[in-house]
Amino acid sequence: MIPEWLVPTILTIITAATPLVFAAVGEAVAEKSGVLNLGVEGMMVIGAFAAFAVGVSSGSAILAILAGAAAGLLMALIFGVLTLYLMSNQVATGLALTIFGLGLSALLGYGFVGKTFGGLPKLDIPGISEIPVIGPIFFGQDFLVYLSVAAVIGVNWFLFKTRSGMLVRAVGENHEAAHSIGYSVTLIRLGAVLFGGAMAGLGGAYLSIVYTPLWVENMTAGRGWIALALVVFASWRPWRAFFGAYLFGGITIIQLHAQGLGIDIASQFLSMLPYLATIVVLVLISRDTTKVQLSAPACLGKNFHASG
Amino acid sequence: MLYWSPMLAVVLTILSGMVMFALLDVNPAKAIHTFFVAPVSSLDGIAELFVKATPLVLIAIGLSFGFQANVWNIGAEGQLTIGALASGGLALAFYDVDTPFLLPGMMIAGVLGGMTWAAIPAFLKTRFNTNEILTSLMLTYVALLVLSYLVHGPWKDPEGMNFPESRLFHEAAQLPVILEGTRLHLGGLLALLAVAAGWVVMARHIIGFQIKVIGMAPMAASFAGFKKARIVWLSLMIGGGAAGLAGMIEISGPIGQIIPVISPGYGFTAIIVAFLGRLNPVGCLLAGCLMALTYLGGDNAQIEMNLPNAVTGVFQGMLLFFLLACDVLIRYRLRVVSKKVPEAA
Amino acid sequence: MRKLRYLTSLTGGILAAAMLVASGSALAAEKMKVGFVYVGPIGDHGWSYEHNQGRLAVENAFSDKVKTTYVEKVAEGADAARVIDKLASTGHKLIFTTSFGYMNPTLRVAKKRKNVMFEHATGFKRSNNVSTYSARFYEGRYVVGKIVGKMTKSNIIGYVGSFPIPEVIRGINATFLAARSVNPKVKIKVVWVSSWFDPGKEADAAKTLIDQGADIIMQHTDSPAPVQVAEKRGKWAVGQASDMHAFGPKAQLTAIIDNWSPYYVARTKAVLDGTWKSMDTWGGFKSGMVTLAKYNKAIPADVVALAKQTHQGIINGTIHPFAGPVKDQSGKVRVKAGEKPDDGMLAGMNFYVEGIDGSIPK
Repeated sequence: MIPEWLVPTILTIITAATPLVFAAVGEAVAEKSGVLNLGVEGMMVIGAFAAFAVGVSSGSAILAILAGAAAGLLMALIFGVLTLYLMSNQVATGLALTIFGLGLSALLGYGFVGKTFGGLPKLDIPGISEIPVIGPIFFGQDFLVYLSVAAVIGVNWFLFKTRSGMLVRAVGENHEAAHSIGYSVTLIRLGAVLFGGAMAGLGGAYLSIVYTPLWVENMTAGRGWIALALVVFASWRPWRAFFGAYLFGGITIIQLHAQGLGIDIASQFLSMLPYLATIVVLVLISRDTTKVQLSAPACLGKNFHASG
Repeated sequence: MLYWSPMLAVVLTILSGMVMFALLDVNPAKAIHTFFVAPVSSLDGIAELFVKATPLVLIAIGLSFGFQANVWNIGAEGQLTIGALASGGLALAFYDVDTPFLLPGMMIAGVLGGMTWAAIPAFLKTRFNTNEILTSLMLTYVALLVLSYLVHGPWKDPEGMNFPESRLFHEAAQLPVILEGTRLHLGGLLALLAVAAGWVVMARHIIGFQIKVIGMAPMAASFAGFKKARIVWLSLMIGGGAAGLAGMIEISGPIGQIIPVISPGYGFTAIIVAFLGRLNPVGCLLAGCLMALTYLGGDNAQIEMNLPNAVTGVFQGMLLFFLLACDVLIRYRLRVVSKKVPEAA
Repeated sequence: MRKLRYLTSLTGGILAAAMLVASGSALAAEKMKVGFVYVGPIGDHGWSYEHNQGRLAVENAFSDKVKTTYVEKVAEGADAARVIDKLASTGHKLIFTTSFGYMNPTLRVAKKRKNVMFEHATGFKRSNNVSTYSARFYEGRYVVGKIVGKMTKSNIIGYVGSFPIPEVIRGINATFLAARSVNPKVKIKVVWVSSWFDPGKEADAAKTLIDQGADIIMQHTDSPAPVQVAEKRGKWAVGQASDMHAFGPKAQLTAIIDNWSPYYVARTKAVLDGTWKSMDTWGGFKSGMVTLAKYNKAIPADVVALAKQTHQGIINGTIHPFAGPVKDQSGKVRVKAGEKPDDGMLAGMNFYVEGIDGSIPK
């Protein structure tokens, strides 16, 4: 007999993990190309705001999703121009992007506080979506959940199976070499950064139109930082980022369940678990030096300037 | 060019800020004045500027060492928290004991606390090659939860009606005020000392030289026999120690007790300060003051002009973008001089 | 030295450029200035939002005599004292500091600025020029407890908690005592999210509680996310701080609303009249500091009647939520039969009453 709480719990975990999947997979592509963008939180929150604002004003979920992605992309464009063309430091620019995004979304969003949005329709295939367990989990989700899975598959295929993906990885590994054989390091990186921004924007959109369909300042509440951690946790592999996001979401939800069942541990210690688990996994995967060198982009965080 | 670029950044920020204010239907000239001039047009204001800048400057200098050597400690916020807890724990343990040794003891405890927290990423990095960006960031969350646990539990003020904060520290555990009538405390002087010490080490000492070589030319450094592991440890110890001291200064200076939120993100803001200051101690001092000024300006804009707090965030973001973008001018300048492009990372 | 020179220009540049455009012309207004310090953004739709509603009420009541100022998102630490002092030094006569963490900073500034009057929300330390005020939200919780006790079918009330401080514990106890008084089978499940404000996590907690059988969601956190979850899942919810009807038109049974307006208006008037004195105010239904949102139409008439009767009883003083006997989980009597607890005991409450499962996290 399947316990009654199992399916709803899994559904809750899917909701908690989906924004992280979007943001982490996008950031993985940017980092694979050698760019460390610490502004994920800022791009996400702007995406959340834009999606909600457009959704409420137009009533269209599709426009809302597009607006979220576009807003994230524009934020990434600021970052890309600054770091790739004006050679500003990536770490500092990313942090500045977060400050800017949180401020701008709060400034523009004030008029949208207290409003609500209908949310996204869920897939409903008569006969199939009703199958116990499998139905609601695999055939009863909203469009963005499927999109997040598709994004993982697509990015994985792109990065590791296509020539363009190989180029992205090449500029991340050795930009001097890629440049010397005639590829535009800057353009390839800009593309990767913009993709990362659009994905972070989608993650934000998921928050404000599905997860909690409302707008309040700072509603991302640190999820952008978690996504950054997941990228490294996943050693820059989309599938591992996907599982990492579900693991992280799972631990959070199970922690809440444990409390509801009356398990008596200080909630602060339970809340530490995901972070400690990330550290342990990191140590495990980085012990083998050659393995890390295979996955970590060698030029991560380093600016490229085509000198001479 | 080197000389003019920050000026240019500021002018650009002010111009685009004025456009933004005009769009918000606010008198641009008055807004700029409120943001940048009014906050520091009194002695009290200048004292507050230093109070706000002190932790930023201290942490930024500490981090600069690591950043120059490509050691990415972004967990200063956690190191600050543990430093505050170590020194605050000492203050609570010796509550009401009147001794001149308590403050120095707290300073040492703060530095050691920060170093201990930074030692974890250092150990994992040197022993297991674990990425320090991630471990230091994760440990920040853990540190904040440790603080939350202590302040909601064992370290709660026994007479505090079960509210989450510790006792107020007694006199001997508080940093003395050095400018009568203001809040400027001894910590401000410590930050200035750190600027001087940081400058000497960076510019004149062999350690500073090794750090720079490792950062710019890792191959050359290994030929010269500099030990990478040693530099990793050193960088994280300096960064962690400075952040821990900043934590001690915050709780024994302007705060005076342990509370659930000790730092409003100083550990992260200091990263920006370090880069704005071009990883140079004197630069960190100026950048820290500039950053502090925008916070004070933000308060002022709300009080004097009813501008929402969000405007401060947007304005800070723009200022940072312009300052960072103007780096390009400096870089070109450097290139002409040295024929070599230093990598930013 | 070139580097040093450019660095000095960094700040010099700002000052010089700003001087050029400077034209500060703040005309000293004749109106009395009243300042407000908020811990959150006024757009949080919760705690700070309601305090700001109180500020607007002051503006409305004395539009020709008073000018108000607010500073939002002020961290409870080193920043608080700076902002409070800044308000005091810019001619504000009366300053409301609206978060517990501002207690010591407020007192510190008050010591220095003896001519300014301060009002600190939810604290317990006062001085000659510092008053304290808070609301008896537990009165609202008690009425809500009667409703949820009657309305629950699963006999499980889900409660999204922020931090286990007395204010929150008191609310849980009041809810439970009332619910048990009308439904001996009712249980309460508490999940702590360790945050006052994180819509995502609050939603997760609400979902978890529903998955564990709760059919009514209560909350002591600030975002409307739990109400929204209840609406979506077809369960009941009780709004917190603000009327959250818009987020759960079907789900919201009622909401416990913080209403600071009457107090803020009265205290401002006291300063204008010169009658302001330091005092401690703990207002509830009677003074209008706590109100309830309109009852959901789906609540049966007899339950509405019971709620109204309880509401009125609290106002009249015939009903006290913590009237004895009250025992804690270990069975120890905390309030004797026939007695009412004193405010000191209520203010520092750190035990669950008998019958609640689970324990308060340490």
